[in-house]
Amino acid sequence: MPKIGTGDLLEIRNLRIEATAYPPGEKPRHLMLVDDVSVTLAKGRVLGLIGESGAGKSTIGLAAMAYGRGGVRLTGGQVLLNGRDIRTAGTKGLQALRGREVTYVAQSAAAAFNPAKRLMEQVIETTLLHKVLSRFEAEARAVDLFRKLGLPNPESFGRRYPHQVSGGQLQRAMTAMALCPMPDLVIFDEPTTALDVTTQIDVLAAIKEAIHDTGVAAIYITHDLAVVAQVADDIMVLRHGKTVEYGSADQIINTPAEAYTQALVSVRSIDHTEKSSAAPVLRAEGITARYRGTDFDVLKNVTVDVAAGQTLAIVGESGSGKSTLARVITGLLPAGAGTITFAGRVLSPDLASRTKDDLREVQMVYQMADTAMNPRQTVGTIIGRPLEFYFGLKGEAKRARVQALLDEIEMGAGFENRYPAELSGGQKQRVCIARALAAKPKLIICDEVTSALDPLVADGILKLLLDLQAKEGVAYLFITHDLATVKAIADKIAVMYRGEVVRYGQKSDVLAPPFDDYTDLLLSSVPEMKLGWLEGVLKSRKMASAGN
Amino acid sequence: MRIPVSALLGMSITTIFVLIAIFAPWIAPYPIESAVGKVWENPSTTYWLGTDTIGRDILSRLLYGAQVTIFVALVSSLLAFSMGAFFGFLAATRGGWIDMVLSRAVDLMMAVPSLIVALVVLSVLPLNLTVLILVMGILDSTRVFRLSRAVAVDIAVMDYVEAARLRGEKQGWIIFREILPNALSPLVAEFGLRFIFAVLFISTLSFLGLGIQPPLSDWGGMVRENKDGLVYGKAAALMPALAIAVLAISVNLVADWVLQRTSSLKGGRGA
Repeated sequence: MPKIGTGDLLEIRNLRIEATAYPPGEKPRHLMLVDDVSVTLAKGRVLGLIGESGAGKSTIGLAAMAYGRGGVRLTGGQVLLNGRDIRTAGTKGLQALRGREVTYVAQSAAAAFNPAKRLMEQVIETTLLHKVLSRFEAEARAVDLFRKLGLPNPESFGRRYPHQVSGGQLQRAMTAMALCPMPDLVIFDEPTTALDVTTQIDVLAAIKEAIHDTGVAAIYITHDLAVVAQVADDIMVLRHGKTVEYGSADQIINTPAEAYTQALVSVRSIDHTEKSSAAPVLRAEGITARYRGTDFDVLKNVTVDVAAGQTLAIVGESGSGKSTLARVITGLLPAGAGTITFAGRVLSPDLASRTKDDLREVQMVYQMADTAMNPRQTVGTIIGRPLEFYFGLKGEAKRARVQALLDEIEMGAGFENRYPAELSGGQKQRVCIARALAAKPKLIICDEVTSALDPLVADGILKLLLDLQAKEGVAYLFITHDLATVKAIADKIAVMYRGEVVRYGQKSDVLAPPFDDYTDLLLSSVPEMKLGWLEGVLKSRKMASAGN
Repeated sequence: MRIPVSALLGMSITTIFVLIAIFAPWIAPYPIESAVGKVWENPSTTYWLGTDTIGRDILSRLLYGAQVTIFVALVSSLLAFSMGAFFGFLAATRGGWIDMVLSRAVDLMMAVPSLIVALVVLSVLPLNLTVLILVMGILDSTRVFRLSRAVAVDIAVMDYVEAARLRGEKQGWIIFREILPNALSPLVAEFGLRFIFAVLFISTLSFLGLGIQPPLSDWGGMVRENKDGLVYGKAAALMPALAIAVLAISVNLVADWVLQRTSSLKGGRGA
C-alpha cells in the first residue's frame, strides 16, 4: 500500500463528503457519500478509482477539484494539491487552479461540448483564459495533441463542429482540451464507457499514450476493472463511499485480498455449455427495413433463427441494426421485405393486425428498467396486468400467481405493494423479467438488459435468465454489445455490422477461428482482466497490418 | 401522513366556501332581491357588510353569489378538463391525422380571443346556466388540450407505454392507466389555476351583462353593480372582489399540496 507521504502532487486525507437528499413528499435524508478516504498521487502516476454506481468514485474525482455537484458538501479531511489545501482556497483560489492545475474529462463528450462553437475554440479556451499560452502557441499545442491522440487531419480537425466528428473522436478532443493548458492532474470520469468496444480500445490507447508523453498525473474513474487495469499504476476499489482495497494495479488484479475485489475480478464466471441445434421457434427471413422518411435500409436481408428453448445472441456496435431487428420482430416497425415465421405461423408485419396470442408469445425486456415500468403502478399491478389481460385472472388467483412469479425471480413476499422507485436497479430488471414471464411466452426479446447494471448485479440477472430458461423452456433473443455477456448466455450468435449479419452460427463456431475481419476486431477489442493486454493487442494489430 | 398547515388552511377555507354555497338560502339573513336598507349603508350590526347600490344586504347577496359562482366555475372547469385531457391524450398517443385535425382545430379556436368568442356566442344563444357552462367549458378546454398533449407526448414515448402497446392494450387503458396517472401532477396544478380563471371569466361576463342574469347574482356582477360606490369611498364593490381573491388563494393552496403528493413516486406514502 502506498505510503501517505509529503511532496506528492495530490494528497487526499480522510476525505468525508456528505449530502442531503430531498425526495418529493418525504423528510430530507442525510447521505454519507464518501467516508474517510485517503489517496496519494505522485507526478506522472495514474490512479484508477473503481466501484459500482453510487460508490462515490466520481464524487472523489470531483473533490480533487474541490467541486461538489448540487448540494454535495465536503465536510471533513483535506485535499492537498501541490501542498496547498484546496478546501480552504476560496473562490478566487479555486478559479485559478481549475482548468489550470486540474482538468476534467467527462463521460459524455457529446453533452460536454458546445454544439455552436468550433472544436478548436473550445479546446484552447481554458489555456487562453489562464493565459498559459498565446493563442498562436495554444493552437499549435492543440494540433500537436490532436496528432498525438491519433485524430484525423490534425491541422484542420479543430475547424470542425462537434456534430461533424464521431463519438470516439469527440472523446479524444476532450482529452486534448484537458491536456492543452499543461495541467498537473487530469481527472478522467468514465471516458470510454459510452463508446463501442472497437472505439474504446483506440481512445484508451490514445489516452494512455498522451498521459505517458505529457507526464501528467491522472485519476481514471470507471466501473470496468479490465479497462482500468490497462491504464492505472495504482487502483482503489470503492464501495458505498468507503475504501475496500487500495494497492498497485498488479496486486489488485492478480492477488486481490478482499472478497469484493475478488468478485469483481472473477465476474462473468457463468458456465454455460451451448445446447445443440433444435427446431426454430422464430425464423426471420430476408428482413429488410427502414425508418419512415429515410432512404436508408437499417436492416439488409437479415436471416436468423431462434431455436425453441435456446438463446440467440445478436452482437454488434451501436448503429448495427440490432435493436431495429427487435422492433421488426415485435411489429413496432413493419419490415419492408421478408417474412417472420413464429411457432409455425407467419406473423403479420404490423403490430395492429396480430392476434392476442401472437402478442402474448413474444415478450420484451428493455435496457432501461426505469422507463420500462410505469412509475405510478405497483409491482403487483405491473406483473398482474398480463395475467389479467391474457388469462383473465382476477382477485386471489391473480395475487397467488404474482407471488409465484415474484418467487421465481427470487424476490419473495412483500414486494407487490412497492412502487418501482422503491426498488434497486437489479430488482427493477427482475420485475420486468417477471412481467414478460407472466404472459407465458415462447420467446423473450432481451434488449441490452444488463448494460445499465453494475457487473455483479448483471451477473445475477444472467444467472436468473439461464435458470428460467431451463425451467420454463423459453427462448431468448438476446441483444447486446457486450461479448462477455454473449459468452455467458448464448447458444447461437449472430454478429451484425451496418445492418447485415456478417457471421452467424452456433456459439462454438462463431467464437472459433478463422474469423472474418470484423468479428476479429470485435473479439480482440474486449478488454481482458490482465495487465499489458492493451499493448499486446495493439502490437499484434500493428504486425498484422505490416504483414498485409 | 401529515398535512402541511398551508394545505389545512386552504382546505378549511375552501370547505367553508362550499358549505356557504350549499346552505346559502338558510344562513342568509335577508332575501336576495329585496332592498332592505338605505343605499350604500356602512357595515353595522344589522347589515354586517353594509348595503349595496339599491339598498340590498351585501352579505346575503355574497352568500347567494357564492352558490352560482362556485357551481358554474367548478362544472365548467370539470368539463374543460375532461374534454381537454381526453382529446389531448388521444392526439398524443395516436398522432398522425387525428393529432393534426385536433391540434389545428384548437389552434383555430385559440386564435380568436376567448372573451370575444364567448360574447358572440352568448349574444346569439339563449342565456341560461347550461349554455354558459358549455361555452366556458369548451373555450377553456383548448388550454387544457395543449397542456395535456404536451405532457402526454413525452409520456407516450416511454418504454412502458410501448410495452403496453406490445401487450395489445386498447387505447382506453393506455390513456387512463398508463398516461393519466403520470400526467396528473401538471393537470392538478393547472386545475387550481383554471378554476380561478373560470371564476374570473364568469365574473367578467357578468360584469359585461352577458353572464349570470338577474334575479341570480354572482360576485362579478356584484362588483359591477357597486363599482360607482368606490368614487364615494364606499367599500361595497370590494367585498365580492375580496371573496374572489380568498377563494383563489385557498383553492391554490390545496392544489399545491395535491401536486406535491401526486408528484411522489412512492404512492405518496413517504409524506
